[in-house]
Amino acid sequence: MRELTYAQALREALTEEMERDPNILLMGEDIGVYGGVFKVTEGLMARFGEERVRETPISESGFIGAAVGLAMMGKHPMAELMFMDFAWVAADQIFNQACKMRQMSGGQVKVPLVIRTQQGGGRGNAAQHSQCLEAHFAHIPGIKIALPSTPSDAKGLLKQAFREQDPVVVIEHKLLYNTKGDVAEQMDPILFGKANIVRPGRDVTIISYSRTVLHCLEAATTLAAQGVDAEVIDLRTIMPLDMDTVLASIRKTNRAVVAHEAHRNAGFGAEIAARIMEQGFQHLDAPVERVGALDVPIAYSLPLESATLPSPDKIVAAARRAMRMEA
Amino acid sequence: MGLTTEQLKDAYGRMCLARAFERKCEELFMQGQVRGSLHMSIGQEASAAGTALALRDSDLLITNYRGHGHALAKGISPRAAMAEMLGRVTGCCKGKGGSMHWTDMSKGILPANAIVAGGLPTVVGAALAGKLDGLDRVAVVFFGDGAANQGATHEAMNLAAIWKVPAIFICENNLYSEMTPIGKTTTNKDLAERAAAYRMPATIVDANDVEAMHAAVSEAVTRARRGEGPTFIEAKTYRLVGHMIGDSQIYRSKDEVEEWRAQRDPIRLAGDKLIARGVTRAELDAISAGADATVADAAAFASASAFPDVSEIFVDVFEHNALN
Ligand SMILES: Cc1ncc(C[n+]2csc(CCOP(=O)(O)OP(=O)(O)O)c2C)c(N)n1
Ligand SMILES: [Mg+2]
Repeated sequence: MRELTYAQALREALTEEMERDPNILLMGEDIGVYGGVFKVTEGLMARFGEERVRETPISESGFIGAAVGLAMMGKHPMAELMFMDFAWVAADQIFNQACKMRQMSGGQVKVPLVIRTQQGGGRGNAAQHSQCLEAHFAHIPGIKIALPSTPSDAKGLLKQAFREQDPVVVIEHKLLYNTKGDVAEQMDPILFGKANIVRPGRDVTIISYSRTVLHCLEAATTLAAQGVDAEVIDLRTIMPLDMDTVLASIRKTNRAVVAHEAHRNAGFGAEIAARIMEQGFQHLDAPVERVGALDVPIAYSLPLESATLPSPDKIVAAARRAMRMEA
Repeated sequence: MGLTTEQLKDAYGRMCLARAFERKCEELFMQGQVRGSLHMSIGQEASAAGTALALRDSDLLITNYRGHGHALAKGISPRAAMAEMLGRVTGCCKGKGGSMHWTDMSKGILPANAIVAGGLPTVVGAALAGKLDGLDRVAVVFFGDGAANQGATHEAMNLAAIWKVPAIFICENNLYSEMTPIGKTTTNKDLAERAAAYRMPATIVDANDVEAMHAAVSEAVTRARRGEGPTFIEAKTYRLVGHMIGDSQIYRSKDEVEEWRAQRDPIRLAGDKLIARGVTRAELDAISAGADATVADAAAFASASAFPDVSEIFVDVFEHNALN
């Protein structure tokens, strides 16, 4: 084991996968000589050449569409979308094209395409560069969604993304790139649809993914000091969604909090809460609590942005409500 | 059509203001007071000043994340702009937008955009609105060479052409889109070639020469006001600093930057012209000192201003405030 940053772990996954499969090629803005604005692809152009690491114009619709064509014809492209917020620029190619081709063609084509992107607030990037949009992807059938929270998961999930034969979006978080963690030298891909219990506990289940998992762990520490033993589940992928792990936990704790950084309204937490209600209603001792960003665009000014985004404190408060404890 | 000496002094002052303002922002960014990403337009000030001098207050401007110079030249309050950089309630967007979204509708400055090419379709509508209302108002959009490769750019240019709207598309070609040189993203030698596809008149201008820039925009404005439709201006320029603070600039040589700085700095070029016209060095120094004083005043104003109250989160989301 050694410590790697999240960005290094992603780079290692890309390197290993590109060594393994000559059909993998990367494209995106500034990913070549510069190595990407978050430096994830640093050195890859020098190693794999300009054919396989392609710097694109600022044409998200164009190059993601081109990736769909490559994928249909036997390549395994990865398109880097610099900020999740730009997914809407490429929305047709992602949602009408990539997600639909297999089914529309009656299974004659497949689209093994990986989109890597990053999302989230906390840096003062304001409303057009801070959003979390995983629920938009989850709403459209035909694409798998991974949201790694640690360097090790980043490596394992990205490696798996290249083993999938369908479109996958790997959603990173801009504030995770410099976080460090142990990453095994020899690492198998992490299968999609297998949640990770990152902290076992008896009293309340806190379900999350991506950077918010770190907030949940902090919240769990605070809760422990208050006599509440929280179990924290990192879903890792939300499509597919591992409800078995969630339900098994709730059978034990009888209480649940769902936390993510995306807006609460119609966020993916609503889907999880609904499924818990459908599949585990009898195990619940309290309504499922949801924590997410307030339903307003994310402002630039620090106090406004901080108050808009979820925090460990808000997760603690939600867990206490689920425990029927005083606020 | 050149500028009068008075106009050229005015342009010089606006360029000095933009430069001093952004240098101050850089300092505040390094201190952690300016958040997010800071994209400076140092080296591109003549494009902003030349354009603004050709416009009326009532004309419209849509710029992008590299638009501080454009908005300052068009008359945004330096105090409100600096307060915005610091996220204060007295900012031009009440601290909600930050560096990339400056707005001042009283000066015709529509919200600046952080989505590359996001402003091009909207400028078509903004220009059309004036035409529908029988006004001779013109709408200008600034975008980069990189933005020229977005689909939205082409849809917007075609719409502008068929509807003959009074829009001016100013493509600031600074040779790089972020960290990628233009040779890697287009086979066109000049981006003005793109306008021909939409049969839109186009000019190429040395945008480090404020007089040339002013002349090109003035001609486009005249055409637009006469109802003759849109113009594409390729403003050839160069940014003397990184794409954003923290850009290592490994994608271009120090010599290249140094050559532009030494030979083509637009503020120096305008200063040289003024000197040639008999303006004294002392006068020039007084103009730039005036800009520095304006920025110092703006910074003091901004630092003394309060942050917005957290309740502001729910304000400005809808006509009637957001519910949560
Ligand atoms: C749709 C979209 N894609 C990518 C980006 C990230 N980005 C911000 S500025 C920029 C480069 C733009 O280059 P150019 O249009 O030449 O303008 P310049 O910054 O050089 O003024 C990029 C890629 C973005 N903001 N929006
Ligand atoms: Mg550029």
